Amino acid sequence: MEWEIVVGLEVHLQLATKSKLFSGASTTFGAVPNTQACAIDLAMPGTLPTPNEAAFRLAVLFGLAVNAKINQHSVFERKNYFYPDLPKGYQLTQLEHPIIGAGIIDITLPDGTSKPIRLHHAHLEEDAGKSLHETSFTASGREMSAIDLNRAGTPLLEIVSEPDMRSAAEAVAYLKKIHILAKYLGISDGDMSQGSLRCDANISVRIKGEQQLGTRTEIKNINSFRFVAKAINVEARRQIDLLEDGGTLVQETRLYDADKNETRSMRTKEVANDYRYFPCPDLLPVELSDEYIAARQRELPELPDARRTRFESSYQLSTKDATQLTGERTTAEYFESVAKQTGEPKLAANWITGELAALQNRAEVSVPQVTVEQLTGLILRVKDGTISGKIAKQLLAQMMDGNDDVDTLIAAQGLKQVSDSDAIEKLVDEVIAANSTQVENYLRADEAKRAKMAGFFVGQVIKASRGQGNPKIIGQMLKQKLNARL
Amino acid sequence: MHQFTIAEIIRGLKNKQFSSMEITRHLLTRITQLDSHYNSFITVTAEQALAEAASADKRLAEGGAPSMCGVPIAHKDIFCTTAVRTSCGSKMLDNFVPPYDASVVASFKHCGSISLGKTNMDEFAMGSSNENSHYGATINPWGNNRVPGGSSGGSAAAVAARLLPGATASDTGGSIRQPAALTNTTGLKPTYGRISRWGMVAFASSLDQAGPLARNAEDVAHMLSVMAGADVRDSTCLNRPSQDYTLGLNKSVNGLKIGVPKEYFSAGLHPEIAVRIEAALKEYVKLGAELIEISLPHTAMAVPTYYVIASAEASTNLSRFDGVRYGYRCNNPTNLRDLYKRSRGEAFGEEVKRRILIGSYVLSAGYYDAYYKKAQQVRRLIKQDFVDAFKRVDVIMGPTTPTPAFALGEKNADPIAMYLQDIYTIAASLSGLPGMSVPCGLVNGLPVGLQIIGNYLDEARMLNLAHQYQQVTDWHQAEAATPAPAA
Repeated sequence: MEWEIVVGLEVHLQLATKSKLFSGASTTFGAVPNTQACAIDLAMPGTLPTPNEAAFRLAVLFGLAVNAKINQHSVFERKNYFYPDLPKGYQLTQLEHPIIGAGIIDITLPDGTSKPIRLHHAHLEEDAGKSLHETSFTASGREMSAIDLNRAGTPLLEIVSEPDMRSAAEAVAYLKKIHILAKYLGISDGDMSQGSLRCDANISVRIKGEQQLGTRTEIKNINSFRFVAKAINVEARRQIDLLEDGGTLVQETRLYDADKNETRSMRTKEVANDYRYFPCPDLLPVELSDEYIAARQRELPELPDARRTRFESSYQLSTKDATQLTGERTTAEYFESVAKQTGEPKLAANWITGELAALQNRAEVSVPQVTVEQLTGLILRVKDGTISGKIAKQLLAQMMDGNDDVDTLIAAQGLKQVSDSDAIEKLVDEVIAANSTQVENYLRADEAKRAKMAGFFVGQVIKASRGQGNPKIIGQMLKQKLNARL
Repeated sequence: MHQFTIAEIIRGLKNKQFSSMEITRHLLTRITQLDSHYNSFITVTAEQALAEAASADKRLAEGGAPSMCGVPIAHKDIFCTTAVRTSCGSKMLDNFVPPYDASVVASFKHCGSISLGKTNMDEFAMGSSNENSHYGATINPWGNNRVPGGSSGGSAAAVAARLLPGATASDTGGSIRQPAALTNTTGLKPTYGRISRWGMVAFASSLDQAGPLARNAEDVAHMLSVMAGADVRDSTCLNRPSQDYTLGLNKSVNGLKIGVPKEYFSAGLHPEIAVRIEAALKEYVKLGAELIEISLPHTAMAVPTYYVIASAEASTNLSRFDGVRYGYRCNNPTNLRDLYKRSRGEAFGEEVKRRILIGSYVLSAGYYDAYYKKAQQVRRLIKQDFVDAFKRVDVIMGPTTPTPAFALGEKNADPIAMYLQDIYTIAASLSGLPGMSVPCGLVNGLPVGLQIIGNYLDEARMLNLAHQYQQVTDWHQAEAATPAPAA
């Protein structure tokens, strides 16, 4: 019997607005607790929410990017429940009338194929504060629970997919796509370690070929790509084992424990809530005009998929290179600047996806640390023969930690490639004199072998030039001198 | 001096007959002498009032001060006041001192008006008798055992007792108009959204509206001019600057069409009130207006509709009072649940709890469609009644209340009888329309009010009509007997 995993994701994306969804308090991460919560965030009596237009703008940009229906009429509702980190006793969220309707998100799978995942809707809502347990103490040393309301009221876009994913890998690809899109659009920093991107996974299993969906469970608050994959796999395994043993699944909310790599049921008391949703009477429905949406459309940057296609066709890049270069908006823009300024797109791509990417990995940074001007200069100096590729790699590494341009580095370290034939001739003669055995062997060998053996002499000369000899000129001169002895 | 109306104080200050300091001192003394009897104030801010009077006198001397500069008023204790306790009539907020002013409070401060203190009210504005206050019932100056109405009973009683010339108030289903009627004062609930709700503790957000309460229409116009206007901090506030509402008071009402809804004269209306209303309408005919009988067919549904919607909104508006961040917290909570249960259980009064329960019930899964959603549908029908009526008439008139002031304790055992006090005022609230109560006579020595319901944003016309009536009648000048000063 072959089982099929069915996954739907609810992704919570923290929008990169300066202030909160309904107040002017700052959203900066990591401030001293409760210093970024104003009277509105504290739900003081008589305060009222004032909607932040920036959040609507970012939500609409996302909707347009995934070709979703933009709902020109959306409504905030109150989701009522008591919890100390929820100051008003209700969360403002969109239920019946979300700002973004159905759309399509194309994901790229590890094997290079793509698959469309249907977006059910995306809605705006405010985040709650944070309850801190086991970390705070009273003056007398007794443990207490503390509340930090800095996060209360931060705008979230909850992106809800249809149950269209069939494996953990697809779920990860979907999440990564949202991550890339969010950063491309500049609507979120997407920083998972700070909770800017987190998700709930709805998981069910069924016998392959069946149409009906199985009973699903929801795993709350997963905050890394790795845990999403692990949680889905371990939960699907649990469901399959249970069903194969003749058991019945309960629709419930579960938590993923990364330490034990298992999911476990949340107590029903925590989830059996009647939220008594109703439209918030303090807020008017959000009405977006055609002009407003058209203006957002004009604001939309070129998106990763379109850019990849364009890179392949206008710069003759491989799909692999184009994909790598368009994974981050900053990298893509960086590549294009270097490509244009050098007039060498292929070389620019090779340097960025090769040596520079390796250096970035080592430094654990995702954004190029070398400026466009630095890399452009470097490529041009290789191209005009001033330095060798090998020297260029050394200089690139130095550029990671400094601001000097390539010419300054060359001058300071005396690295100019030696193309002067007199100087090279002297070195060539020395190498030939010092390696008489190899010269004898060379002269006795046939033509095919000689071509291979030439590399040895070239290497010796370059070494003697401390890497600065121009390999092309050295090769020509060696060939000429050795062949003269035949 | 306490007999002066706002208009007379404005003139007196301008002509330097007296200073703001003099009248402020006089009224503070009068409050000290008499308010132990009425209990119309929760907090008197004498020191602050005197400081404000001093700076108002300075501004007046410099010239160019706004007309309300130096005029002493008071605020219903539902409006947040910086550094002055704002209790909303509840034990829950007995210790609450806001760090901000309500927009209404800020507007008066900006003009240089003097705030004498915070007036008594039904807890969280829930009630029609002022008996639901944590600070004790307010006494109607018109009868020792009579209620002043509610929830703005403190503001109404204080004006009626001549403790001050005007006070701010708020109206959710009749909380300005009903007390005005019961205390022989003039009160206006403007169009929903005309005055910012920022800083006014919320009861039912889609219905709450601030408004002025004073001795006559002219004074109400002076106050409304200060209170009205746009405010970006309240999304439901209309984006429309204020205007000088005193400018149109003297227009002729000749030719105006007054709609008289037949449903407002049905059984339940005290027959003597019907007589007073008819007499008032005759005065308008004499002034050249035309009476047209109209029908508001969904009138009977207004009270139940209101109690579903207002309670639903109140039940979640009051969720923030949880003992966590401010307000009352029970002693030694054993856990979170205990903290919530006892803080709310000990600090909320009976009527507030009743409405939270009703509201939670009508919003809960399985009941939402039958109650809340249905009530919203009926609300649209009630509003449509008025929209249709205003195609035929310029203004609507009828009684404000079905009875004059009732006795303290009379309706406490029967919440429904209490709710029916607002039977004529609630429909305008549900429709977002402006409503006003104007003194129109006495029944068994107790005042009754004529209600004027205007079309949206037609407050100027309503004030004009009320003022013209008060030019030809003197009911609004009738004064309650003053009790003997406290020893």
